Order: sequence, then C-alpha cells, then structure tokens
Amino acid sequence: MTLLTAPPTTGTSPRPEKSRPASKRNQERETGATKSLRSRVIGWVLIVIAIAITLFPFYWMIRTALSNNRSMFSEPLSLLPVDFTLGPFQRVLGIASTADAIAEGGSGADINFGLYLLNSIIVCTMITVFQVVFSSMAAYAFALLEWPGRNVVFAAFLVALMVPGMFTLLPNFVLIKELGLLNTYLGIALPAMLMSPFVVFFLRQFFLGVNRSIIEAAVIDGAGQWRIFSRIALPLIAPQVVTIAILQFIAAWNDYLWPLLVGQTEDTKMLTVGLGIFRSQTPQGNPDWAGLMAGALLAAVPIFILVLVFGRRIVGSIQSSGVK
Amino acid sequence: MATKPLARNQLAPALMFLAPALLGFAVFFAWPSIRGLYLSFTDFNLLRAPEWIGLDNYIAIAQDPVFWNSLWVTIEYVVINIGIQTAAALVLAVLLHRFTRSMIIRGIVLLPYLIANVVVALVWFWLADYNLGLINSALDSIGFDRVGFFGNELLAMPTIALINVWRHLGYTTLLIFAGLQAIPRDVYEAAEVDGAGEWRTFRSVTMPLLRPVLAFVLVISVVGSFQIFDTIAVTTGGGPVDATRALNVYIYDQAFAQFDFGYASALSVVLMLILAVVALLQLRVLRANESDLDR
Repeated sequence: MTLLTAPPTTGTSPRPEKSRPASKRNQERETGATKSLRSRVIGWVLIVIAIAITLFPFYWMIRTALSNNRSMFSEPLSLLPVDFTLGPFQRVLGIASTADAIAEGGSGADINFGLYLLNSIIVCTMITVFQVVFSSMAAYAFALLEWPGRNVVFAAFLVALMVPGMFTLLPNFVLIKELGLLNTYLGIALPAMLMSPFVVFFLRQFFLGVNRSIIEAAVIDGAGQWRIFSRIALPLIAPQVVTIAILQFIAAWNDYLWPLLVGQTEDTKMLTVGLGIFRSQTPQGNPDWAGLMAGALLAAVPIFILVLVFGRRIVGSIQSSGVK
Repeated sequence: MATKPLARNQLAPALMFLAPALLGFAVFFAWPSIRGLYLSFTDFNLLRAPEWIGLDNYIAIAQDPVFWNSLWVTIEYVVINIGIQTAAALVLAVLLHRFTRSMIIRGIVLLPYLIANVVVALVWFWLADYNLGLINSALDSIGFDRVGFFGNELLAMPTIALINVWRHLGYTTLLIFAGLQAIPRDVYEAAEVDGAGEWRTFRSVTMPLLRPVLAFVLVISVVGSFQIFDTIAVTTGGGPVDATRALNVYIYDQAFAQFDFGYASALSVVLMLILAVVALLQLRVLRANESDLDR
C-alpha cells in the first residue's frame, strides 16, 4: 500500500512550501533534526546504562573469583582481579590442599562443588528428559485426540499451574519421606519428572496448530496413534520442544527450596544448595568471598553457555508468552 | 472439511498417552493438595500421626503477630519490587522498541532472569557487604557513611526487593516489548497526522493499547513476587528481627525449624487464598481479558 501511494520523488523529502524563505526552512529542519538527535542520544545513553547495570555484577563475580581472598581486601575498589589466582576455583572444586586454601584466605573446610555440579547435571537431565517426553504425550492427547472429559481434565491441569508451590511442597515432602526417597536423586526429581502443567499447556498450543489433514492422511494409511505422535506430530513441533526443554532445564538447575529439603547429603546436594550452605558456613569475620563467587560462577556458567547457543529461541519464546 | 474422521472416541489411546502425566498429577498434585488441606486442621510434627484439632491452627494464625508482620513485610516487598520493576521495564521496553531490534541486547537484558535466585542473591550480598563490598567501599572512599543494607531493619526488605528488580527487569521488559510490537503501526501514523507529540502519543495511544499486556504482566509478577523465598533464605534468613520474614520464609520456619507441619500447612492455605483474592482483584480492576484493539 505505502509503496503504491508514495510520491514519485522517493528518496528525497517532499517540499510542498516553496514560497517560504529558504533560511527558515533550513532552521526548521535543523531544530527537528537536533531534537531527534537529542532524544536518540538520551535513549541510547539509557540503554547503555541498563546494559552496564545488567552486566557489571557478572563481571564483578569473575573479578572476585580470580582474586586472592587474603589480599583482595587491601584493594576493594580495584576493577581487575587482585593478586590474580585460580585458587578459589581449585578450593571449591576440592583440588587445592588445605594449606594452600588457608594461605589464600579460604576456610580450609572440605568443599566439593565438582560433586555438586555432577549432582545438578544428573538430576536436571532426569527431570528435563522425562518431563518433556511425558508432558508432550499428554499435550498430544489434549490437542489431537477426541475423548470424553478432555476439557475437564485439562482445566484441572490449569488449576495446578496456578497453585502456589509452597502449598503442595509440604505434603510432597512428607510423601517423599514416607517413600524412603529422601537424599536420593529420584526423590529430588520424581515430583517434576512425570509432568509439568506448564509444559503440557505450552506444547498443547503448538499441537493445536498442526495441520490436521496430515494426521488424517496418516490415519487413513493405517498408522497407529503412537506412530503418528512420534513420527509426525512431534517432529513438526520439534523446535518448540527443544525450547521448552531448555527453559525447564534452566528452571530445574536454578531450583533451591525443594532440593534443599530433599537432597542434603554430599552425594545428592545440588549446586544451589551447596552455595547456600557454603555461604551460611563462612566465618563472620573473614568470609571466603572469592571462593563463594567461584562456586556461584560454576552454577552460572552452564546457563551462560545455553544463552549463547539458544538465546534467540529463549528470547522468542518468552516474548510470545506475553501476547496470546 | 465436512467429514471428520477424527471425531470419534479415542479414549483408549488417550489414556495411554496421558498415563504418566495423570499419575504425576494424582500423586504429586491432587493427593498433596487434599492432604495439605487435611493437615491444616491437625497438629502434626512428622513423628507422630496427625491429630485433628479443627480450626485451632486458623484461630492461632489470626492471633499470631508474627504472621501479620509477615503479611505486612511481604506486601512491602511486593509493592517496592513490582512498582519499580514495572515502571523501569516499561521505560526500557519503549526505548528498545524505538531504537533497536538487536536480539543480542534483548538477550543480555534477559540474562539475570535465567540465573539462579541463589547466585543473584549471593552476588548482591557481596556487592553490598558492609565491610568489604564494592558499594560500601565506594561510598567510604568518597566520604559517605557505610550503609548496612542487610543489617538495617528499614533497609533490608527494600534491598532484597531491588535485587529482584535487577533479576526480573529483563523478563518484564521482554513481555512489554512483545506487547509494543503487537500494536499496529497505523495507529501511530494516525497520531502523527493529528499532530500528537511523543509524550501525548505514549499517554493516549501506547498506554491504552498496552493495557491488556500490562495487566497480564502485573498479575503473573505480583503472584510470583508474593512467593519470595530463595533470596531471603540465603541472605538475611528472615532477619534482622523479623524485618524480612516474608510469608514463605515464615511457613518454611514453622515446618522445618519448629516442625509444626499442621500450622505451616494452615499458613500455606492462607497464602493460597490471599493469592487467589489478589489475582481476582487485579483481573477485575485491570480488565485483563478485554482488548481495546477490538473496539
């Protein structure tokens, strides 16, 4: 439309008021230009400030984690690592000797974030794989199969989406305790493994968008429902399945309260839990800030990597959740 | 289109596809919900069998000054957190929408939201540390007094609220940004033809058309904000005194420090009711389900 109605003088601005003095026209154009230039500058300054505030704490984590905890306090304002060392990482990974750890201002206590990292990877992989598979099966049944009571059951799933976590967390803890699953990987993962109402809801919407004639053709060809699901419907929404899997992995990775209650032993402690305990155990007078930041980085770096690789998808899916 | 070969009863395959999810729903959602409601009417300490005590827990809650304080500090947190976060996100979303389409910038802005609450809390706990943190060292070096961000009863909750503004700003910004993108370009052209300035356009065109998205953002962020726990648990733990003992922190204390599971269950029922009322009120006031674009 705009292309068709545009005046033939495209490229230059239209000049309808030839009668006005040239100087005045120039002046007007100039004030207009300076005004837009000024708002442009102010706008970009604000954007750059927002980016700086966003990124600076991450930089400060890195700067602190590469500093010698003992000498760091002589230069609290130094923008570069103080007395550069990899000691904090060795300390929290349990590969520094106690003497070395204490010499650099660590507590000398036995901490093993390497093990917590492994625990987090195992538990979050269990949760993500099973939850996404089972939830996508349920989403398929809600979107593409016809059965009585479908809307009622789906409404019940939506209610589960809105109930605050604390309400089900207390009885779930009692249940996991009764099942004898406290301090096991399965105990941490199980409640989230079988389904997530959010994932069911999310994937159902995309299954609803699948072209039904493709599925009807497969039915006529005699394909069973499992075959249609796994070979046709699921591959059609594969990008969305990958996106939700990443988001759910991140959510499981960042979870704190449930793993704090259910995984308290060394071989089930997750990274977030280990960090919380490390922080509460640091001596009041001279905490091992460098070690704490090194541990925090271990918890953050896998997320940085996921954002670097899948950032576009993550941003896109969060934006699309805003406008229905 | 007239023939609907799929319109028949597919209950058998549906049950097969739904089996794991239904099991999960029944065991880890429906059953705990019923049980949680039941436990809220009992005296239960995890060791002995629960003992039915009727409404005693609820009566005790109504007379519990720590509960009322918790509710109050939670509301204080929500107001500061949501107020600043929504205003800042609105400004940032409008700026991004106007000046850049960069996916990288949007990715950077979103980054804090993807990092664990615990990590975010610890980083700011360190930055704002009284003795050695960067913020207080900087204040000190330019001649100001050091500030006990976490140790001061008046400052602790606002500090925690601001930390979570930092974490959630990008998420809220992206939701509002998406709402801005959904506004048709021609309404802006019409406003320009009518000679509306930037501020006027924002107030009379952008804001009304953005209302449904803002309402959605407010409802989900307020409900989320009410459930603050992680940040407090790894920084102040509820103190100083009870200045940061938000509802979820108090419930956790009752269940896992006092082992009063009955009382904690009753508190969580109350929390759920409060959230339901808050969400319904917001939906009502903000008319979230209506769009001005249709009129």
